[in-house]
Amino acid sequence: MGRVLAIAIWIITLGSVWMFVSKRWWFPEAISEHGPRVDSQFMITIIVVGVAFAAAQIGLGWVVWKFRDTASTARATYSHGNNRLEVVWTVVTAVIFISLAIMGQKVWASLHLHAAPPGSYTIEVVAQQFSWNFHYSGKDTVFGRTDPKLIDDSALNYVGLDDTDPNAKDDSVVSTLVVPVNRPVELILKSKDVTHSFFVPQLRFKQDLVPGMAIPVHFTVTKTGKYEIACAELCGMNHYKMKSYMLVLPENEFSELIALPQDKFQARKDELLNKYQLPQY
Amino acid sequence: MAEATHEEVHRHPAPTGFIRKYIFSIDHKVIGIQYILLALTAVLVGLVMSILMRLNLSWPGTHWPIMATLFPTGAPGGIMSPEFYLSLVTMHGTIMVFFVLTTAPQGGFGNYFLPIQIGAEDMAFPVLNMMSFWVTLVGFVVLLLAIFAEGNLTIGSWFSKLGESFAAGSGTVGPIGGWTGYPPLSALGKVAGPGQGAGVNLWIISIAIFCVGSLLGALNFITTLINMRTKGMTMMRMPLTCWAWFTTAILALLSFPVLLAGGILLLLDRIAGTSFFIPGGLYVSGSLVPLHTGGSPLLWQHLFWFFGHPEVYIAILPGMGATSHILSTFARKPIFGYRAMVFAIFAIGMLGFFVWGHHMFISGMSPYSAIAFSVLTLSIGVPSAIKTFNWLGTLWGAKIRFTTPMLFAIGFVSLFVAGGITGLVLGQTSLDFFFHDTYFVTAHFHLVMGVASIFGMFAATYFWFPKMFGRMMNESLGKVHFWVTFIGVYAIFVPFHAMGMVGMPRRYANFGEYEFLKSAHGLVLFVTVAALITAAVQIVFYFNFFWSMFKGKKASDNPWDATTLEWTTATPPPHDNFAGVVPEVYRGPYEFSVPGAAKDFIMQTEPEGPDISGGLGEASGNGNGHKH
Repeated sequence: MGRVLAIAIWIITLGSVWMFVSKRWWFPEAISEHGPRVDSQFMITIIVVGVAFAAAQIGLGWVVWKFRDTASTARATYSHGNNRLEVVWTVVTAVIFISLAIMGQKVWASLHLHAAPPGSYTIEVVAQQFSWNFHYSGKDTVFGRTDPKLIDDSALNYVGLDDTDPNAKDDSVVSTLVVPVNRPVELILKSKDVTHSFFVPQLRFKQDLVPGMAIPVHFTVTKTGKYEIACAELCGMNHYKMKSYMLVLPENEFSELIALPQDKFQARKDELLNKYQLPQY
Repeated sequence: MAEATHEEVHRHPAPTGFIRKYIFSIDHKVIGIQYILLALTAVLVGLVMSILMRLNLSWPGTHWPIMATLFPTGAPGGIMSPEFYLSLVTMHGTIMVFFVLTTAPQGGFGNYFLPIQIGAEDMAFPVLNMMSFWVTLVGFVVLLLAIFAEGNLTIGSWFSKLGESFAAGSGTVGPIGGWTGYPPLSALGKVAGPGQGAGVNLWIISIAIFCVGSLLGALNFITTLINMRTKGMTMMRMPLTCWAWFTTAILALLSFPVLLAGGILLLLDRIAGTSFFIPGGLYVSGSLVPLHTGGSPLLWQHLFWFFGHPEVYIAILPGMGATSHILSTFARKPIFGYRAMVFAIFAIGMLGFFVWGHHMFISGMSPYSAIAFSVLTLSIGVPSAIKTFNWLGTLWGAKIRFTTPMLFAIGFVSLFVAGGITGLVLGQTSLDFFFHDTYFVTAHFHLVMGVASIFGMFAATYFWFPKMFGRMMNESLGKVHFWVTFIGVYAIFVPFHAMGMVGMPRRYANFGEYEFLKSAHGLVLFVTVAALITAAVQIVFYFNFFWSMFKGKKASDNPWDATTLEWTTATPPPHDNFAGVVPEVYRGPYEFSVPGAAKDFIMQTEPEGPDISGGLGEASGNGNGHKH
């Protein structure tokens, strides 16, 4: 029984390690400036985790193989432990785990402990059950006033934009996120109803949108293209299809687009949405 | 310890009537079995729900005729609706976390064996003990009511009469907000979608009742352990199971009140118009939400996870205790590093109170707090690793007897490592950017708090069954159960990591909407097949359990050649556990293979003879706390 159990544990270990080593199921290509840094931190972590996992499982298999009860009359070793060993493995794991923990803050800190860099392009994101609204400030780069009391989904005023505010005249609200490539983007994340979460796998970025809060986040996208946006916080029955697209455009195409008034913005955005293709999965 | 007080206060005569003996019993042993039966019932409900979830995910849009009959509204034509799926998610999580992982390990085995293992004749407060079970059972019944209130139109209409916030009959089997019940979704009522009326109210009430039951239990465990240890049973001579139950009780005592408070506030938001968790200016389903203003959705998350994270340890610590105990017994070796194991279990428990924020990195909480929570989270890996090393150390140089309980205990170690180690990934803020709320998380917590804990309980069941029922469970059936379950759970939850790698979000009723999830479709099907097989083999366990109760081989008083007090008394133990004899303890709990001893185990009650050294000296690493 001991040998069979050892072999079973080893096969399971091999299978689990293979699943990661083969990279058959892996991150989609990273398209943000911080994305590759997340990926390399993951690689470091998964190597530590993989080695520790394999060592523990191989060790477990080994002891159940080696120390199974045999016909011999010899008794088991009588030992209550070894303090030196306890100290060694406590210190070693503490050093490794705490080092990982500290390294694991770097990307986070670089994004979240700093305000968006100067020159960022700001977009307000307003999530609702089960769709996304992206509010562009237009040519004047000043957002028009919004007020929840003015929200009227049936009149297509999804974010409660105040038409009487002069700053609102050139604003556009669309259901696709369009961002420039290689220029920092700042998103102001809001929600109208319940908690949602903004997730683009390729961005290596996720942030909740919490009703009552306006959460500023920023990142820089490094590759043009069309990517799927998913909601990652349970928001109700149609959570699974609260989907939109992020369109990453070259700077010229982008600045052309955001200079357009709302209706033309909408039409041009739809054109571009058809022009770009999703990545091959 | 004041023996006189014990006898006066705690000794109660054996009941004679059926009701006082088996139903409203104040005997901790009967209460323990009641908790175990409750868990065995609840886990069936939770398991069936998980199977329905797998069916829906793998074959979306399939007509399941039985579903059309049972849930004509939630599964019209037998096709499960997305809200029906989400209510399964919610109820599966709630039932499993509260009524299985919290009841069986602590209320069940803890209740039965803690008093016996420390040599007490009952819990400190037997009536309180009875109440904690019955309160918990009421909590379970209230939760089941949610299924009928939302799933059945007739029953739903009765609830709807209770008022706006009790609107029911939406065709689900309960609320759809997940077991974490984040507001505002859970606070707004039916305007936020199906299942958000009576379903949520009953869900909150159920959990609040459960909190009360657990609090009563925790008080009892702590008092009993501190005050009622028998002569010679020093703290450092207690079996590690007792340390685990003790630590778990402290966690429960400190964490459940916070959830209780949170639950009450949430209920008030729903039925009394308060705004603890609901901010102003919400616009839901086409209209502005009136009245509410100034609440904070994040407040709930803090309250919930302040409870929720310790809860993870409430689920698994007793499994760790049982595993340590069983490994030592069947390795025929003293536990390696008893003292280190005690410190580690306490360290895990206490650190568990400082890491709740790792559930909230991306919640909108301060990114600075996230960093503090993250570093603290990874440091929990240290005591966890200490435990793993010590388990391996216990098996090193052993003479392992591969009984069914031992197989499950070894399985626990394997699964605990597999599930726990990915905490190093998820605990890092920078990696949470990607992995938060993906299947990687689902993989992590199912392996470690779900399956590993359950393996601890399976080990405990096969191990203590003979003491509880006087008969052995069938070993061959036990082994079939172990092998299929062990391989099965890995086949289910390892692929979850791969789904997480491609970014698959949790709590999606359907994966067909997204191109980036395409590569994982094959895995979804694979997992379902593995889940069906693994679930089916649990029938073998149930059969073995109930069949052996009546037809199993008669058990001797100490069938496993074990050392602790439960094996010194009759099988099953008499009403006062030791038939009026106060046991006296002379040594630590794991004296196996002592050189020079007549047998390869020495019971804790065996007086220390001059020819038997009770262990190595302190200086050479004796962890069992003997004083020579």
